[in-house]
Amino acid sequence: MAQMDRLLFGDNQFFGINHMSEEKARAQAMRFQETQAIMDVLDVAYDAGIRTFACTTHDRIAQVAERVRADPARYADFTFYPCMPYAHKYANAVTEHGMMGALREFMPKDGLFATALTGARTLATKEVEGIEKVLIDMEMKMFRGTKTPVIFMQNVFVDLLLGMGFTRAFRIFHDHVKTEYGAEPGYITMNMPMLLDALEREGIERPIICSNINKIGFRMSGGYDAYLDALRSGRVRAIAMSVYASGAIPADEAIHWISELPGVESILFGASSAANIHGTKALVDRYMGREAAA
Amino acid sequence: MNKPIRTAPIDIAVVGLGKMGLSHFSMVNAHPLANTVACDGAGFMVDVLSRNVSAPIHKDYDKMLAETKLDAVVIATPSRLHAPMVRAALDRGLHVFCEKPFCLDWSDGMALADLAEAKGVVNQVGYHYRYVGAFREMKRILDTGALGRVTHVLAEAYGPVVLRPKRATWRTQKEEGGGCLYDYAAHPLNLLNWFFGAPSRVTGSALVSVFSEGTDDQVMSTVQWPDGPTAQLSVNWSDESYRKMSTKITIVGTNGRLYADRQECQLYLRERHDALPDYVAGWNVKYTTELTEDAWFYLRGEEYSGQLDDFITAVAERKTAAAENSFRSAAETDRVMAMILENAETGQPVGEAQAPAAKPARRGFFGFGGR
Repeated sequence: MAQMDRLLFGDNQFFGINHMSEEKARAQAMRFQETQAIMDVLDVAYDAGIRTFACTTHDRIAQVAERVRADPARYADFTFYPCMPYAHKYANAVTEHGMMGALREFMPKDGLFATALTGARTLATKEVEGIEKVLIDMEMKMFRGTKTPVIFMQNVFVDLLLGMGFTRAFRIFHDHVKTEYGAEPGYITMNMPMLLDALEREGIERPIICSNINKIGFRMSGGYDAYLDALRSGRVRAIAMSVYASGAIPADEAIHWISELPGVESILFGASSAANIHGTKALVDRYMGREAAA
Repeated sequence: MNKPIRTAPIDIAVVGLGKMGLSHFSMVNAHPLANTVACDGAGFMVDVLSRNVSAPIHKDYDKMLAETKLDAVVIATPSRLHAPMVRAALDRGLHVFCEKPFCLDWSDGMALADLAEAKGVVNQVGYHYRYVGAFREMKRILDTGALGRVTHVLAEAYGPVVLRPKRATWRTQKEEGGGCLYDYAAHPLNLLNWFFGAPSRVTGSALVSVFSEGTDDQVMSTVQWPDGPTAQLSVNWSDESYRKMSTKITIVGTNGRLYADRQECQLYLRERHDALPDYVAGWNVKYTTELTEDAWFYLRGEEYSGQLDDFITAVAERKTAAAENSFRSAAETDRVMAMILENAETGQPVGEAQAPAAKPARRGFFGFGGR
């Protein structure tokens, strides 16, 4: 099973997502309006030895993938961890076209399922499975010709399905990502302990799960203790995000604390400045050093 | 979850599996105190879910009420259906959580509030902004009186819902409870009701269509409280520059300025106040991170989980009223929206100015009605 890098670079900062302030979010959206501004930051991260970019399947990411494909010499080790789907794309489509219309919107117009989705008849179980696979393939199109060793399902979808108990969708995702893309499936969630149990019931062992893990327990739903129990159990390959709890924990203290947790393989973080990128990289090398040796 | 659970689970139905209903179903179904069923008449969702989740999915609301043992229902159907469906549940003595807006005719809302109170059941409406940490802090600060005399309020909501002319759904039909007023403006208005009670006068309202044929895409209004502040309402759901809905309230008083949105609460204090020992003179900022309590299950924000947790817990603990967002408080917001509609249509001020002999009581008969 392929090892993940210790430090993964995220993309929230590029798309006006900031959990602290709407003003900061807008300033970031302005700054990263041009794809070149995103590339400039990615270049800083890449040159600092951060090779993995975990990104939503936002339309703008297609342009980033384009740049990476166009310069294989420069980006020989550049790795994408696609996270799908970009939830707002779907949410807005549902508002605009209704549930069925949204689904049709994202399916190939002439495809096998276009007729199945007219709503005229009941969908067979096999067709539900087929639709999920086609949706995954549509999202993966933009990454053609790049490295995508881990593919994630986004937290809003994961948690919606988890709450409803529609866990078979996780299994379909798992199987399709493995067979079609030769990649490891990953799941982003705000409810890690509950998801871990659900994945195990679907026969998925030692899953890659990305969730908030931070010293103050911010957005660790299901409870801080349940998270630590899951990590200690060795049943999960964990990726920690929100390690700074949106800035509430000093960087050194945050990374040091994470480094002493069992079961955390990687940290996912986002930053826009070279200073913050280099700062986090230095802390991760210091407390979780493996890359230095790799 | 903050408190240990010692009560028996409740039987609860989530009715309507549209955009809100699906996420309510997910959150309720994940709640440790809920045995959950769902109900929706439409084909596709019912079809897919009934073969993929273990919770039973019903297709007929009346039949489900008649045949299924239930303690409570969550109503998340199109707004026009709220009143009859809520009444049917109350008639059977069930506790009811209903999505906002509550009722398109505010007198229906008041009648249902009377009925729910007479039955002694938990009654709650999904105005989730009252569960956002930053707005709760805003309410706490206001209630201390630290701002002095509040004179000036700006209530805003913007977002990217209707960005081009499009096919009609119930959300874009005024008669169905669609439109920017009911969908978006309802939220800041509900917060203003929470902070200041029922307004006495509405003027200068404009319900403007930008892209929608059947309804409004932007709402402006001036809302006044007797001996209280004047609020300017500015709402637009056709603003693509916002990634998602953003609601913000700014309040100016004689001792400072208070601002809140979903992420943060900012307070400028001219002079330090004894009731707020953790705030200094000058600027103070508190962020979501410190104002938020973790939910038992997180789907789209702590506020959505929090309101359902309060409802389910109140039912399980056999309470006879909701902790927040009672039918009566929601009907008050329905009434303000009716005032804005009337004002926009007639151009005449609505409220006290029209009837100077009206009761001088601060909250009219809404705060104290039926007692």
